[in-house]
Amino acid sequence: MSIAETFAAAKKEDRAVLVGCMPAGFPTVDHSIEQMIAMHEAGCDVIEVELPYSDPVMDGPVIQKASDIALANGVRTRDTLKIIEAVASAGATVVLMTYWNPIEKYGIDAFARDLAAAGATGLITPDLIPDEAQEWIAASEKHRIDRTFLVAPSSTDERLAMTLGNCRGFVYATALMGVTGARTSVSSQAPDLVARIRAIDPELPIGVGLGVGNGAQAAEVAAFADGVIVGSALIRCMLDAPDRATGLQRLRALSAELAEGVRRR
Amino acid sequence: MSAPTFPDLAGHFGKYGGRFVPEALIKALDELEAAYRSAKVDPEFQATFKDLLLNYAGTPSLLYRANRLSEKLGAEILLKREDLNHTGAHKVRNVLGQALLAKRMGKPRVIAETGAGQHGVASATAAALLDLECVVYMGEMDTERQALNVARMRMLGATVIPVTNGSRTLKDALNEALRDWVSTVDTTHYLLGTAAGPHPFPEIVRDFVSGIGIEARQQCLDQLGKLPDAVAACVGGGSNAIGIFHAFVPDEGVRLYGFEAGGDGVETGRHAASITGGTVGVLHGNRTYLLQDEDGQTIESHSISAGLDYPGVGPEHAWLHDTGRASYEPITDTEAMAAFQLLCRTEGIIPAIESSHALAGVAKLAPRLREELGRTPTIVVNLSGRGDKDVHTAGAYFGILDQVEKVVPGENT
Repeated sequence: MSIAETFAAAKKEDRAVLVGCMPAGFPTVDHSIEQMIAMHEAGCDVIEVELPYSDPVMDGPVIQKASDIALANGVRTRDTLKIIEAVASAGATVVLMTYWNPIEKYGIDAFARDLAAAGATGLITPDLIPDEAQEWIAASEKHRIDRTFLVAPSSTDERLAMTLGNCRGFVYATALMGVTGARTSVSSQAPDLVARIRAIDPELPIGVGLGVGNGAQAAEVAAFADGVIVGSALIRCMLDAPDRATGLQRLRALSAELAEGVRRR
Repeated sequence: MSAPTFPDLAGHFGKYGGRFVPEALIKALDELEAAYRSAKVDPEFQATFKDLLLNYAGTPSLLYRANRLSEKLGAEILLKREDLNHTGAHKVRNVLGQALLAKRMGKPRVIAETGAGQHGVASATAAALLDLECVVYMGEMDTERQALNVARMRMLGATVIPVTNGSRTLKDALNEALRDWVSTVDTTHYLLGTAAGPHPFPEIVRDFVSGIGIEARQQCLDQLGKLPDAVAACVGGGSNAIGIFHAFVPDEGVRLYGFEAGGDGVETGRHAASITGGTVGVLHGNRTYLLQDEDGQTIESHSISAGLDYPGVGPEHAWLHDTGRASYEPITDTEAMAAFQLLCRTEGIIPAIESSHALAGVAKLAPRLREELGRTPTIVVNLSGRGDKDVHTAGAYFGILDQVEKVVPGENT
């Protein structure tokens, strides 16, 4: 399913889409595939694969640690594409989130081509703003990859309009000013930002991320957003577990809890 | 004073520079740019900055004719004595400018990243002077290498946070400072320490340190009645180099040389020479030359000098390299330390190990230039910092920390 179809289907069911994030190759290529499929089976509508990067400035300690583990275990960009292929063929809607340099190094057009061939439907670019994205916009149009740029509470209306105009599929609204990581409460800035986005573009689905860690918070965000994006809390299931079986069990349980949350609205 | 077209309005130096940062930071960068544009043409701001540079920082720094070194190297060597500035390096110029900007923007808190600790000390100094809260991020490896500077920053009232992520050096300190800034941007100015990072930092930092070159150019005219044949500086992120280069860029007869940290040698892979040993990519908010593997993951840099131990370089240097206006060459740790010792022994000046890379570069350059010109060349070297902070590293390197120096025949100059 494309991102647009995924959001449309959820809308029909009067619920939000659950986007679950997991770094590729954490802790190994095969294990990350297993985790992503488990998340999909337990209720994540979209699997957001994060390409591990050495200098992830938008990420908090949990995602950074997982990325470091993946890199230390030797994950390569081409492995990420293999992982996407495996998870997409298991039936999940897959988007990739990546910092920009690995894409530039791979070759922008070649990456868009290979990403599409692997079965990903979109790319989230946390450190690429539309102002610098001419080549990416051309390549993503050519290979039909949805573009998700980020917007923030600090974005001016002018920048919101410009960024939304360049998004395809959905826009990633960062709910608070900060890096990734579960918080005890959901930011009050998020509903305001979502309202400002809707006033400019009532059609484009809005995913809200940063800070969601449990079913109640997912329900809270689902009440005003089209999609709920969860990363650190899911990754922590694996990082903090005494063994792999327990980790997978917790990952499934949290995915299910979040999936129930996005249906509560 | 600035070159007329660089950077362009979006902060590009040719294909380099730009803004590769999370959207959450764009508003702050726009605000910073607007504040800078208005400060640049505000006579009161400029007068305050000038007054601090003159009466607090101790600039203009001397342009000193190093006679004994000149004799040794076979060139007329003029040292731009930035090591004599308050806090002991060129960095004070940038921090005073940016701290004044923070005040102008009404931000009570500044954060900074530091490698050797020079920029951290300078930031803590400016923050104390202008009554700003100051938090400095420093790689844990550097806090160990530069313990004295950590103590200095704390004495000045700054909070030093050792960064334990990644390679625990400057690049990781920069990541952590960016993370802090994303969360605190309303109250905090990021006092970036080098002419790199997202636009408008490369331009702002360059302009604040460009007094080095403006002074040196005038001092050459006053003291020699002519411009030098070459200007040389060490290049890590590249602020001292762009500071001394900038005023000379339009002078076509003046050759510009940047000396990068070659570590164990560029061919070994253990170095910090981004231009001579790296490739084009995106790191820390700008497109530039950087050390990266074939997947675009940053490769950890290596240098005996903490201040040059950074896997990227400012975008204007990338552009000066590509256009051929400036030449960049690597200097190994060994070459730098030989030059360090040479300056100590010939001139009674203990240079920063960073600046020693420029001196070593000039030692290699002098015979080449002499042959090319058919006469003794005149070379201005930016002595960007003093070596007090490096006494431990250099002492260990030369084996003179806890023993009387051994006399090894043939090894003493």
